[in-house]
Amino acid sequence: MTSLESKTQIVVVGNGMVGHHFVEQLHQSDANVEITVLCGESRLAYDRVYLSSFFSGASADDLALTTPAQYAEWGVNVVTNALVTDIDRDNNKVMTSEGQVFSYDKLVLATGSYPFVPPIPGNDQEHCLVYRTIDDLLAIEASAAVSKVGVVVGGGLLGLEAANALKQAGLDTHVVEFAPQLMAVQLNQAGGNVLKDKIEALGVTVHTQKATQTIEAGDTCRYKMVFADGTVLETDMILFSAGIRPSDQLGRKSALTLGERGGIVIDNHCVTSDPNIYAVGECALWDNKTFGLVAPGYTMARTAVSHITGGDAEFTGADMSTKLKLMGVEVGSIGDAHERTEGALSYTYLNQPEGVYKKLVVDSEQKYVLGAVLVGDTSDYDTLLQYALNSIELPEHPESLILPSSDAAPALGADALPDSASICSCLNVTKGDIVSAIEGGCCSVADVKGETKASTGCGGCAALLKNVVDSELEKRGVEVSKAICEHFNHTRQELFHLVKVNGIRTFDELLEQHGEGLGCEICKPAVGSILASVYNDYILKASHLPLQDTNDIYLGNMQKDGTYSVVPRVPGGEITPEKLILLGEVAKEYNLYTKITGGQRIDLFGARVEHLPDIWEKLVAGGFETGHAYAKALRTVKSCVGSTWCRYGVQDSVGTAIDLENRYKGLRAPHKIKFAVSGCTRECAEAQSKDIGVIATEQGWNLYVCGNGGMKPRHADLFATDLDTETLIKYIDRVLMFYVKTADRLQRTSVWMDNLEGGLAYLQDVVINDALGINGELEAQMDAVVDAYQCEWKTTIENPESRKRFRQFVNSNASDTNIQFVSERGQVRPATEAEKVAGKDQFIPVSMV
Amino acid sequence: MSAAQNVMASEPQQVQWHYVCETNDLVTNSGVCALVDSQQVAIYSLKINGETQVFAISNYDPIGKANVLYRGLLGSIGGAPVVASPLYKEHYFLETGLCKEHDDVSVTTYAVKVEGDKVFVGV
Repeated sequence: MTSLESKTQIVVVGNGMVGHHFVEQLHQSDANVEITVLCGESRLAYDRVYLSSFFSGASADDLALTTPAQYAEWGVNVVTNALVTDIDRDNNKVMTSEGQVFSYDKLVLATGSYPFVPPIPGNDQEHCLVYRTIDDLLAIEASAAVSKVGVVVGGGLLGLEAANALKQAGLDTHVVEFAPQLMAVQLNQAGGNVLKDKIEALGVTVHTQKATQTIEAGDTCRYKMVFADGTVLETDMILFSAGIRPSDQLGRKSALTLGERGGIVIDNHCVTSDPNIYAVGECALWDNKTFGLVAPGYTMARTAVSHITGGDAEFTGADMSTKLKLMGVEVGSIGDAHERTEGALSYTYLNQPEGVYKKLVVDSEQKYVLGAVLVGDTSDYDTLLQYALNSIELPEHPESLILPSSDAAPALGADALPDSASICSCLNVTKGDIVSAIEGGCCSVADVKGETKASTGCGGCAALLKNVVDSELEKRGVEVSKAICEHFNHTRQELFHLVKVNGIRTFDELLEQHGEGLGCEICKPAVGSILASVYNDYILKASHLPLQDTNDIYLGNMQKDGTYSVVPRVPGGEITPEKLILLGEVAKEYNLYTKITGGQRIDLFGARVEHLPDIWEKLVAGGFETGHAYAKALRTVKSCVGSTWCRYGVQDSVGTAIDLENRYKGLRAPHKIKFAVSGCTRECAEAQSKDIGVIATEQGWNLYVCGNGGMKPRHADLFATDLDTETLIKYIDRVLMFYVKTADRLQRTSVWMDNLEGGLAYLQDVVINDALGINGELEAQMDAVVDAYQCEWKTTIENPESRKRFRQFVNSNASDTNIQFVSERGQVRPATEAEKVAGKDQFIPVSMV
Repeated sequence: MSAAQNVMASEPQQVQWHYVCETNDLVTNSGVCALVDSQQVAIYSLKINGETQVFAISNYDPIGKANVLYRGLLGSIGGAPVVASPLYKEHYFLETGLCKEHDDVSVTTYAVKVEGDKVFVGV
């Protein structure tokens, strides 16, 4: 009881990204506190940075940063729809509109901001909306569905994102900006112009220097916007994205000190004018500045946690540099982009044909970077940001930093960065943190990511992170042993090349030429898989057989008692009644336990090794093929029923799933591969949790890559949109063959892509733009594998020599008496050791058949 | 060490030789299983430096508790031939029966000989 009573009561108002970060950090600090979160929205915290992905298929759940269950696990009390109306500072209590009262020892205001809607007559009509919350997005979606033309008021960062959303919804889209250029906060005029050209080329009309006077009833559209210069623009809907204002009403009402233009004033510890009240995020005003980015908000949250728990962290302003991709256009802004520092000088590079603009702002001595503007190409962003943040002295010709790569351009090595250099600003990971993670035993980018969380926010620092990790590992002489095992001093990828280049066709040849010893359970299956990927030979050829894991040799998955499971392929999950009956008959005849799998097929368990050929003979005769459930290969292509039956489906997902499954069945890979095809954006096939996910759109297919379920679930990344079926298959061919050729042993697609320098963007470049010039080769190799397909079970049962392998004893027809079953829920299951000891009379007889 | 005793016990004593199969029933660099005097014996044929050698150990995996060792992958650790259990991948040295991962675990080894085309196991 006493320990409960002594807990400090923390009440957090607001559950946006920053409010949630505060809760998470405070929970992790193990402080003796009781946390209550009052959340004004009906939803808990979600990722506003990726809000626009809502329109490309992400659901509210995808954007969620937490769940009620997680908060419950942390012991955090949450009240949703709790709109706080008053703070009673004398008695340390807050009141909600529902009349609930909560006492606090420390109160944290994380109320965020609200969108500013310019006071234009007519701005309150039904289809005049804002872009801020998921509810806003739902309203926009509904409005867009009954509109043809859409206007975004505001050409800033959020405005352009909103414009992209309207564009994706199929609207004729316009952006109206009061200033003479787009993104006036981050870019200079020249950069803004290049951005405008690029965005107009994408089909969005940009109107600059337009001040809206009124919004009236339209002639051809729902509304008509009348501008100060007398021109007009007809539109069906209007989205206001003209900046944000701090949500400081609570502070105002309870007489906390506010700034002249709003914002709750905080000190370096994020404490307001009341020592028991903190403010963090966009509602807070520090040094007369508000911060509308997530990274400074997170820093404030950590500062407040530190102060509450007795630490001494301070918030001392934030770097507002940003790098992002707007409608596919790369934009970056660093530090003093507008050359406001006295004596600042600049270098500019303009490439109009390609739409690239770069400006480098340096101090009067040309020693340090003060700022930069990058439009159309942000590849120099990481380097320039590090120069700026760490006051690294410039090289002799600073312009070389922004000129198109030539031999003269000195790349800033990771070595040159001080330990204090911030590598990941979202999660506040410094180079020093990465170094200590490596000293603590991490030896890959993936390890360091897991340990430090670096590059798990916006992901913009992925390439830099890899640089630092590689350079640190190299420095330690950790030549990260790439050897696959003691028998080969090569990586899987190198072995793949050796096999391919030297035309090696057997393990013995490879071992003799490039390895030593007899091999092992690591290198043998790996080489077996490589040989299969390159030649797609019959896997049980005498020379290949000793390379295979037992699952591959017996073409089934060995279970704990030494029996196997039988999983025939059911392409796309579509199965005829006849085939269902056959499965049932075979299961009954051989007394097999049956279970539906997650991959939309049927697993038959408990098959004795000596029964496998007979079982498969019956299945193959009934039209089944092997399902490769035992192999590192394509497993299943899951599908929803699609447009054929479903009221909502827009494409034939089952048909496509069957085609894909039949194309890639038998493809050997470094790890198992799963696909799914959904017939509409409702995503019933859960394609975004698969290595290859395909989701139907009105225009074709969206392709997602490199997701997985399992131990470490990962959502697939959107790879390309609105593909026709032919292009879809081409892209999948290339992605898969590139994966098969370059991934490490047992590396799933997600880890493989994360370890590619440049990640998703690089993979897109290779597959879509043919950056490596290998697409023709990849497709040809895939075609060869597809042509060489054979059902291994069919080949096996037709060959008496192969069938000989499937017997328990080489000198007897007896069965293994150690395999014993008992009955459970009307089916068999393996007897436990205790049951075996207890007595044999209860067992189901083994001599079935 | 019980493992060492096992090895000692199974080798020099007077063994009774049982014919189990022909050499072409064996699979190079892989294993088969024979029922010898109601014991399950895993028999492996390995090509080492161009020469075929035959090994025999108990088929029972003492950790996975199933008769599966003949289905394991063969290989070498520091030059010594091993089989990896197909269930949980422990390695057993074919010459001694010792388990690489667990000091206190081992499997019985059996004498094995080839005469002409015929393979015999000693129990």
